[in-house]
Amino acid sequence: MNNGSPTLLSIEGVEKSFHGRTVLRGVDFQVPRGTIFTVLGPSGTGKSVLLKCIAGILKPDAGRIVFEGRVLDRDSGARAEFRRRCGFLFQSNALFDSLTALENVALPLEQTTSLSKTEIRHRSREALDQLELLEFQDRHPGELSGGMQKRLALARAIVTQPEVVLFDEPTAGLDPLRRNAVFAMIAKYQRRFHFTALVVTHDVPEALAASDRVALLEKGRICFEGPPEEFSASEHPMVRKFRDSTEALAATLSDIRGDQSVSK
Amino acid sequence: MVRGVGGFSMFVAESFAALTSTRKLPRRILRSVYEQGAVCLPVVAIVGLFTGLVLGLQGYHVLSRFGSEGLLGTMVSLSLVREMAPVLAALMLIGQSGSALAAELGIQRNSEQIAALETMGVNSLGYLVAPRLVSAIFVYPAQAALFVVVGLWGGALSGSVLLGVDSGVYWSAVERAVEFRDLRECFIKAATFGLFSTAICAFQGYFADRNHSASGARAVSAATTRAVVFSSIMVLVADYLVSSFFVGA
Repeated sequence: MNNGSPTLLSIEGVEKSFHGRTVLRGVDFQVPRGTIFTVLGPSGTGKSVLLKCIAGILKPDAGRIVFEGRVLDRDSGARAEFRRRCGFLFQSNALFDSLTALENVALPLEQTTSLSKTEIRHRSREALDQLELLEFQDRHPGELSGGMQKRLALARAIVTQPEVVLFDEPTAGLDPLRRNAVFAMIAKYQRRFHFTALVVTHDVPEALAASDRVALLEKGRICFEGPPEEFSASEHPMVRKFRDSTEALAATLSDIRGDQSVSK
Repeated sequence: MVRGVGGFSMFVAESFAALTSTRKLPRRILRSVYEQGAVCLPVVAIVGLFTGLVLGLQGYHVLSRFGSEGLLGTMVSLSLVREMAPVLAALMLIGQSGSALAAELGIQRNSEQIAALETMGVNSLGYLVAPRLVSAIFVYPAQAALFVVVGLWGGALSGSVLLGVDSGVYWSAVERAVEFRDLRECFIKAATFGLFSTAICAFQGYFADRNHSASGARAVSAATTRAVVFSSIMVLVADYLVSSFFVGA
């Protein structure tokens, strides 16, 4: 039990290597139901690999992933059940560029449910409306802005009314204003639809503001896990190093500017 | 090699097995028929026409040495039906729709669209590959038939209109020469080429990320090249094997 909510998803000793290079070295944490849980970490520490192991895209070398008490093996019934109840927002959005916005959102309903054509259209339009994209329903993803594509990907991820939504670097490549907007969007829709959000990112301030719990992945292991306030106050060396990296960058830049003004 | 053939066989078997779980299958198959059929129709027709023209021209000059111009229709029709139509139509389709299929699947793999399907609980082989395999079994013979018809008219154009062979002699020779077993050989060859070449192109594109010597756009480009080369070689090898079978039979 964490944060007063029962555990929905449990990651236990997950390990993963690629061509002899170990990326995950026994990752353990638990995601409470109905919360926004963010895994922080520098680039290249295996955050996306971890999320893909949870989603079943990659198979862990060791360890297990437990959803509502059932172990998610690659081809088990529990895995199929998890897929039905899980949405995934990819870093690249992974939208189908040959389909319109409406067709993209309707795709999971068409292929995984027995709903009528009318009901699928109604639900898809509703999801687009909730994400303020209804007027763009006939546009293709390439005709939408980066932020709109992100919202469209979220609409597709939530149209099946999943209980868990996995967010893989949702703010990658976005400017600070859009980063804030994306985290605000996650928080807003998580409260509206009551799903459990598992986010991986390296954006510390935004994640701390929007999350109920955070974990820090460093060198393939979780070295901190707790509420954002604890993360902000933690004296753990890795947490401090990661948390203070923004300030360190500002100080370095300040020094460079100082040197330049002296040389002038 | 053995591993590759095994992986390819599993890929084809799993794709067909996924047909049972794919929703809106007729719509997906019709779309594939459009991509492989309607889009490639002009290319097949143009190549068919010029193949017929050349066969008529060369055939006339060879046959006239023996005073057998009257057999031009026989030569053109049997060449087209037994060999040239299924082989050349398949090579044209590989160049146009097969390469497009490999590139499309490679890009979908790179941009995580295939992974997205899997996370949605959609069988990506059933959604992306199986409809193309099914449509290829029908579209390739249809394109071969078109090739034969246009090629025969090309032969008539060069043989009768340009070189003076009597039109009635030409068409009656065609009618007498082509038997049911020739058409059966043509369509069986075309369906075989369609199934295997589409499967090879889909396999290369679907697993474009398995190429360890290239990634991103280069991996897609390499996958597309491999798809076209392997499929074309397969068509010629399979043509020999199927022809041997029919000659033996």
